[in-house]
Amino acid sequence: MSIPLSWYLVLAAALFCIGLYGVLVRKNAIAILLGVELMLNAVNINLVAFWRYLDPAQMAGQAFAVIVFAVAAAEVAVGLALIISVYRRRKTVVADEIDLMKW
Amino acid sequence: MSFWNDPINFLADWLNGVLTGWGLPAGWATVLVYLVGITVLVVFAMVLDIGLVWVERKVVARFQDRLGPNRLGPFGLIQPFADIIKMVIKEDITPAGADKVLYNIAPVLSAASVIMLWAILPLAANIYGVDLNVGLLYVVAMGALGTLAVIMAGWASNNKYALLGAFRMVANMVAYEIPMVIVLLIPTILAGTMSVIGITEAQRDIWFALLSPLGLIIFMISAIAELGRSPFDLNEAESEIVAGFHIEYTGMKFGWFYAGELLHAFTFGGFAAILFFGGYAGFFGLEKLPAFAWLNLPLVQAFFFILKAMLGYWVIMWVKYSMPRIRIDHMLAFNWKFLVPLSLILLAATAILHKILVVLPTWQYALGMFVANIVIITATIEILRSYGRRQRLAEQRLSPQPVEN
Amino acid sequence: MTAEQIFFLLTAAVILIAALMVVTVRKLLHAALWLVLVLFGVAVLYAILQANFLAVVQLVVYIGAIAILFIFADMLTRRDLRDRPGQTRFNWWVAALLGLAIFVGLLSALLSVPNVNRTPAALPTDTDLVAALGTALVSPQGYVLPFEVASVLLLAALIGAVYLAGVNKKS
Repeated sequence: MSIPLSWYLVLAAALFCIGLYGVLVRKNAIAILLGVELMLNAVNINLVAFWRYLDPAQMAGQAFAVIVFAVAAAEVAVGLALIISVYRRRKTVVADEIDLMKW
Repeated sequence: MSFWNDPINFLADWLNGVLTGWGLPAGWATVLVYLVGITVLVVFAMVLDIGLVWVERKVVARFQDRLGPNRLGPFGLIQPFADIIKMVIKEDITPAGADKVLYNIAPVLSAASVIMLWAILPLAANIYGVDLNVGLLYVVAMGALGTLAVIMAGWASNNKYALLGAFRMVANMVAYEIPMVIVLLIPTILAGTMSVIGITEAQRDIWFALLSPLGLIIFMISAIAELGRSPFDLNEAESEIVAGFHIEYTGMKFGWFYAGELLHAFTFGGFAAILFFGGYAGFFGLEKLPAFAWLNLPLVQAFFFILKAMLGYWVIMWVKYSMPRIRIDHMLAFNWKFLVPLSLILLAATAILHKILVVLPTWQYALGMFVANIVIITATIEILRSYGRRQRLAEQRLSPQPVEN
Repeated sequence: MTAEQIFFLLTAAVILIAALMVVTVRKLLHAALWLVLVLFGVAVLYAILQANFLAVVQLVVYIGAIAILFIFADMLTRRDLRDRPGQTRFNWWVAALLGLAIFVGLLSALLSVPNVNRTPAALPTDTDLVAALGTALVSPQGYVLPFEVASVLLLAALIGAVYLAGVNKKS
C-alpha cells in the first residue's frame, strides 16, 4: 500500500499551524520571519502533493512551487534587510518596541 | 551477467539471494542490501581519503623541492596511518562557552556534505550510487550544506577569529556558487541532461573540454574557491586569522575537517573529469573497435576515471602550491565583477551556438564551439589589458615616475 | 506498513518536531538551525514525491541561501553576543488555541477533497519530468509570464536589499 494523499495534507496543515503559532507568539522580528518560512513550506508541500497525486503530466503544481520559492527568497531578503536597517537606527529587533507609527 | 560485466548488480543479487535464503522477506532484504551498498561506498571514499593524505604530502613536497615523508614504510606509505593515530590520541578540548551540540556536529556535517557527493559520482557505466536526473544541482546543494557546517563551526567556537574566518569563508562559498551553477549549465546544454551519467555518456565521441575550454577554466576556478583552497584560502590564513573557523578544533574533529577538505578536492577533480574530460567513457569512439572492447569493462572504466580524477586533483594541488593568497575584497570583486559576467556571456554564447550548430556533424559543431570559446577568451584578455593599461596610465599621471637616463 | 510509509512517517515526525522547536527555543540561532532541519525534511518529502528538481532547489535556495541569511541577520542584530531571554509572549496560549482551531478548520477543508485517500497517479513515462518542468516554465502556453514576473521581483528584491542594508547610508 502506498502513502495516501491525506497524510501529506495533514502534515502540511500541521506545519502551517505551527508556523502561524510562531508568527503570533514570538517577539523577535527575525523569529516571526522564521514562522512565515514554515508557512510557506507548508504551502509548497501541499502544492507538490497535489501535483503528484492528481495529474503529474501537468506542470502547474511544480511551476507554482518554483514561483513560491522565488517569492519566499525575495521576501526573506527584503524582510531581513529591513530588520537590519531598523536595528541600525533603533538598536532593537523586538517587534513590540518598533512602534513609532502607532497611534 | 557476470562479475566482470556488471560487478555491483552481481554482488547485490548474490547478497539478496543469501538474505532471502536465510528467510528474510524480500522488502527487508532489499533495504539491507542497499544499506550494505551505502556502507561500502562510504568506506571506499574514506579509504581513498587516507590515500589522498599521502598523495597530498608527497606532491606538496615535490612542488617545494623536497622529498616529503619517506621514513614510514616504502615511500612513506604508512605516514597517513601515523597521522590518524596521532590525531586520535590527541586531547579533545571543547572551549569554554562553546555551544556543545553545534561544536560537535559541525565537523561531521562538513565531512558528510562531501561523502554525500559520492552518491552520484559514477566510477563506471554501472558502478554508481544513484543516477539522479538533477545530478549537477545536487553538487551545488551539497556545497550549500558545507557552507552551513562552516557557519556552525565558526559560531560554536565562541572565538572572534573563528567567527571572522567563518564569515569570510561563507562569503567566499556563497559568492562562488553562482559562477559554478552557471558553468555547470554548460555541460547540461551540451549533453541535454543534468544527469551525471547522461553527461558522461554524451562525451563518448568528444570531450566537453574541447567544446568549452573556457567553461573548464571557470569551473576549476570556482571549484577551488568553493573548496577554500589556495589561492582562495582566506579562511585559514595562518598569518592573519590563525586557521579561521577551525581554530578551536583539536584531534579527530580537526581530522574530519582536514579529511573532508582533501576528499572534497578529489571529488571536484572527479567532477572536472566527468563534466569536461569524459569521466569513465571519453575514449573518442575507440571502445567501439573490437580490439579495444576491453575498454567497456566496468573495472577498466573505473581505473580510467580514477586516473582522470587524480589528474584533476593534481591540477588543484598545483594551483594551491604555486599561487599566493588573494585578499578577501579582491576575491569577492573578482567573482562579482569578472567571473559572473564572463560565465553569463559564455552561457549565452554556448546556448545560442548550440541551437544553431546542433544540426551540423560533430567535428564542425566542435570546431564552432571551440572557436567561440577562443573568441570570448581573446576578447576578455583584450578588455582586461586595455583596462589595466588605462589604470596604469591614470596612476602614472597622478604620480609621475622619474625618467631614467 | 510498507517501508515507504515508515519512511514517510519518520520524515513527518522529524519535520513536525523540528518545527515545534523552531517556534519554542529561546536562542534564535538554534531556532534558525532547527529551521534548517525542517527544510531538509521537506526536501526529503519532495524526493519521495518524485519532484527531484524541487528537492534539490529546496536545498540550494532555502538551506544554502535563506537559512544562511537568517543566521547572519541574527548575528548582526544582537547588542552583544549573548541571547536575551523571553522570546515568547506571555499570552501564548491564545495563539496555541487559535492555531489548533485553524488546524481543525484546514483539515475539514482539505479532507473534503474527493477521493482524499487516493494513491499517486501514474507518472508519465515518455517525458523526463525535469525537462517537462523546464519547458513549462519558458513556453508561452506554459508559465513564462509568472516566471518572468518572478525574476523581475527577485531583481527588485536584490536591489532593495542591497540598498536597505548597505553600509554607505548616512543615518
